Amino acid sequence: MNRLAVQTGVLQANQEKAAENRALFDQEKLLAINLMSSPGSGKTSILESTIRALKGCYQIGVIEGDLQTSLDADRIRALGVPSHQINTGTVCHLDARMIARALEEFPIGGLDLLFIENVGNLICPSSYYLGEDLRVVVCSVVEGADKPKKYPVMFNKADAVVLNKMDLIEDSGADLQTLIRNVQEVSPQARIFALSCRTGEGMEGWLHWLRQKMESRAPAASAKAGG
Amino acid sequence: MHELSLVTSIIEISEAKAREHRAASIRTIKLRLGEFASVVRDALLFSFEVARRGTLAEHATLEIEDVPLVTRCRSCGSAARQTDDICLVCPGCGLPLEIISGEELQVEYIELD
Repeated sequence: MNRLAVQTGVLQANQEKAAENRALFDQEKLLAINLMSSPGSGKTSILESTIRALKGCYQIGVIEGDLQTSLDADRIRALGVPSHQINTGTVCHLDARMIARALEEFPIGGLDLLFIENVGNLICPSSYYLGEDLRVVVCSVVEGADKPKKYPVMFNKADAVVLNKMDLIEDSGADLQTLIRNVQEVSPQARIFALSCRTGEGMEGWLHWLRQKMESRAPAASAKAGG
Repeated sequence: MHELSLVTSIIEISEAKAREHRAASIRTIKLRLGEFASVVRDALLFSFEVARRGTLAEHATLEIEDVPLVTRCRSCGSAARQTDDICLVCPGCGLPLEIISGEELQVEYIELD
């Protein structure tokens, strides 16, 4: 019998493709953010509020991932921002190859900020690096304070965790303190923003963080959009 | 349920190695799977049964070595196995813990006939 050492990461091909995506993002000096959450936590609504607040400062683009429909891309386009819909069919996550194919059709030249809204799922998307600069996980407060503990890998890889639907906190009886503690325990490095994109409560902290990331990424970005 | 696409990669990686050695078939694929890799072992094994058909791994066994989630504190050096209620903050120092193992998802070796 013949044993051959392989020692190859199962996701290596994805990592290599993601590195190519990242090189394209870097070439354009844009900041790419991979936005992940369970279905219905409000990713697209947060994007809408964020775009309304920042589109005067930055050129923003959005790649949307869903199993079916172009409803999300249509919502983004209605705000006057370019968007591209990826339909994954039955696949429960975006991978780097899907993004590479999208980039062939979706021009990113001139963009400062690219959001990639992943398929709603707290498990599989965490395994697939897309070439993003930052990972943001959205969790609505009504989903239950235990979610970070049940899906620790997803939260652990986040640079920021947005706790959405704060407007429902009292009516739902959600336990914000426990939720925040659970996020901190599985993701001690992540910045946490509790907000409601519907009422605007708490949005300023999130927007400030994004502006800071934009400044450290591409100092000329705001000047480009302004001029 | 991304195990099917993972298994497809596992087979592709293994076949590429086997072809380098002009092998006609693969007997064993050994995988290292971390507890903190978000992969379900049973789903992986089930997907393997389906995905191996028509490949060099058609009659192969997928052997999985489970790698526990182990963390260490950079400050006080204490290491611990993490199990159910995962907490990545050092109980002594309150600082973030470093993950030493548990994120593995790697084809370790293959065995040929």
